[in-house]
Amino acid sequence: MSVGGKSFLDNLAKIYAMYTGGFIIFVILLAIGEQMGMSNAAIGYTYMGITIGLYAVIGISSRTAKISEYYVAGRSVPALFNGMATGSDWMSAASFIGMAGTIFGLGYDGLAYIMGWTGGYVLLAVFLGPYLRKFGQFTIPDFLGARYGGHAARSIGILAAITASFTYLIAQVTGVGIIMSRFLGLDFKIGVFVGLAGILVCSMLGGMKAVTWTQVAQYIILILAYLVPPVVMSYKVTGVPIPEIMYGQILQKIDAKEKLINADPVETEVRALWQKSADGLAADIKGLPGSLDAKKADLQAKLAALPADATAADKEKITKAIAALPKDAAAAKEAWTTAQKSQAGVGKAKPIKPYLQPFARLDMKNMLALTFCLMVGTAGLPHILMRYYTVPSVKDARSSVGWSLFFIFLLYFTAPAYAAFARWEVLSTLIGTKIAELPAWVANWGKVGLVSFKDLNGDGLLQFAELTLGADAIVLATPEIAGLPYVIAGLVAAGGLAAALSTADGLLLTISNALSHDLYYKVIDPQASILKRLTISRSLLVVTAAIAAWVATYKITIIVELVAWAFSIAAASFFPALVMGVWDKRSNKAGAIAGMLVGFCVTLYYMIGSRFFGVDWWGIKTISSGLFGIPAGFLTIFAVSRLTAPPSQDLQDFVESVRYPRGAAGAAAHLE
Amino acid sequence: MAQPARPKEYWAYNIRLTMMTLFIWFVVTYVAIFFSPELNNIVIFGFPMGYYMGAQGSLIVFVWLIFNYAFKMNKADVDYGVEEEEE
Repeated sequence: MSVGGKSFLDNLAKIYAMYTGGFIIFVILLAIGEQMGMSNAAIGYTYMGITIGLYAVIGISSRTAKISEYYVAGRSVPALFNGMATGSDWMSAASFIGMAGTIFGLGYDGLAYIMGWTGGYVLLAVFLGPYLRKFGQFTIPDFLGARYGGHAARSIGILAAITASFTYLIAQVTGVGIIMSRFLGLDFKIGVFVGLAGILVCSMLGGMKAVTWTQVAQYIILILAYLVPPVVMSYKVTGVPIPEIMYGQILQKIDAKEKLINADPVETEVRALWQKSADGLAADIKGLPGSLDAKKADLQAKLAALPADATAADKEKITKAIAALPKDAAAAKEAWTTAQKSQAGVGKAKPIKPYLQPFARLDMKNMLALTFCLMVGTAGLPHILMRYYTVPSVKDARSSVGWSLFFIFLLYFTAPAYAAFARWEVLSTLIGTKIAELPAWVANWGKVGLVSFKDLNGDGLLQFAELTLGADAIVLATPEIAGLPYVIAGLVAAGGLAAALSTADGLLLTISNALSHDLYYKVIDPQASILKRLTISRSLLVVTAAIAAWVATYKITIIVELVAWAFSIAAASFFPALVMGVWDKRSNKAGAIAGMLVGFCVTLYYMIGSRFFGVDWWGIKTISSGLFGIPAGFLTIFAVSRLTAPPSQDLQDFVESVRYPRGAAGAAAHLE
Repeated sequence: MAQPARPKEYWAYNIRLTMMTLFIWFVVTYVAIFFSPELNNIVIFGFPMGYYMGAQGSLIVFVWLIFNYAFKMNKADVDYGVEEEEE
């Protein structure tokens, strides 16, 4: 049976039910294997091998040479399955690996991500989804090109699509690298390239068709993987396996425990030590460059003063310490300032702020702004929008947005529970443990750089203020933190991999389509043959993926910011032009071009300005830069359109045709 | 029997439904964030309500909103005679 053929489409539910059952049996077999002595490494390799193998089989059997299948899966994906595919297209490494960890760390304020990344679908449902389906072409720049006429609007669309998608893609590839290096013990760089092969095998031969059916398969694995640990923890802690309801009690316990920690004299002592260390650093920063030279001289004196019979290890320790010093005063200032801020901050020198208290870490203004930017960004991301081209009708597009959010909801609804149970495990079992008896996962995650501790007061016990947990470690490490069998840790890793790979596939396709379909076919060579178009698109997939992997190997540290930037860029450049394109007939080419450019530039200006040059408008943080770009974009389109000639009758008829499900969106064809 | 096409009224209905949807959307997110300190004084089943709205309550409403919109618009397509032709 061919994937995507008629008998396949008729039996979708049965096929994916069998697939799900098969996967569950596979996990049970692995669990039995673990009991019989299968090693952790073997479990990790089996998971990765089997899941990537599955995706490859689906990807290869969905190969196609038809343009409509390659770009929009033949517009034959039922609403529910398109919802599932959108779910995994949408839920990235950031949702799967990072979100519960963010809530774990930020408490209430972290919920901006939960609301922002789901509420955006309401905007998508009412403003864009059904209308884009009615328009019914291949890409988002296609819509801009048809609605506003000419190549200019389309070209800006291409630029924005590539900028937003590429920054987002790098984050996915980095996520793949982290999972591969932690669970397979591969070098980070090798992990990145292995993951890359997994991405390409899914998308290259079958384009959107292959990506769609792989994404459905990936959704099933990622949701199973995400739900199992909190269900097991909920059963373990409360006796009822429904974490989404039971974590209410846990929230109360966390609150009580945090108060105890804040009042504990030993914790207070550690906090004072952090403050002292932070003050020391502050003095060093003030004393630059002299303080750096003094430190170096001090260490060199120590090295020279070593007795003749000192061991090589002693010598090496000091040489290493010298090598670890910042290179010059500027580097020292940056490194020390970061360390000083962290040491003087909440959870170290300052007591814990209550988990449930609103606006403890992000003020209300910034929380509102961030939620808004994430929502509009969600509704403006091209790799999500283009999924609604793949359903058979406008009606299906409407309900498909509902299914998309439903499948996303299953994970997001559980994330706060996941975070609460994880926080409770750490607070109740880890804090107060003897340092010498810390569980193995602390060391394992320490190697990846996501967990660290320092016995500051030297009492041999771990205090809360002595532990640093990276947000990205929480989801992946929780099965081990809670002492669950390794088969569950491996399952979670496979889920994280599915989340990163599925999003990477969607993004990669968006970028290569923008270049091959929009730029090459529509702008450069409209006479190109189908074979030529597909060949170009496939080659671009490989090239884009390779560039993304190459960039990711540099392990850029501002990766989280990059993702937030991608959202703000999409929100400010795409969303206004698309929405006005449907909802305001009077909007014209000049308005759209000006609006997209203004939205893009204002956002970019505030991003870079506030991040690096101290620009500050009403105290809004860098991650919410779209707050200014979005209204600027809308206002510019509105104003410039009113000041210039109205769009032609053809274009106005085109808007009409997009608004009503009946009739052909044929205006699109003769307008080009 | 197919209804006569009434595109103007259809679009007006669409705008009303869209506004209603966005109004509820706005209340469950932004108004709920604004009043979360006050809402937190109400605790049900261990959940302070301000926290709960952000973590789960608003999400349930979002899912309902979209399905409700899809259901009503799919029906309106037929009622106002602008539904898609069967292929």
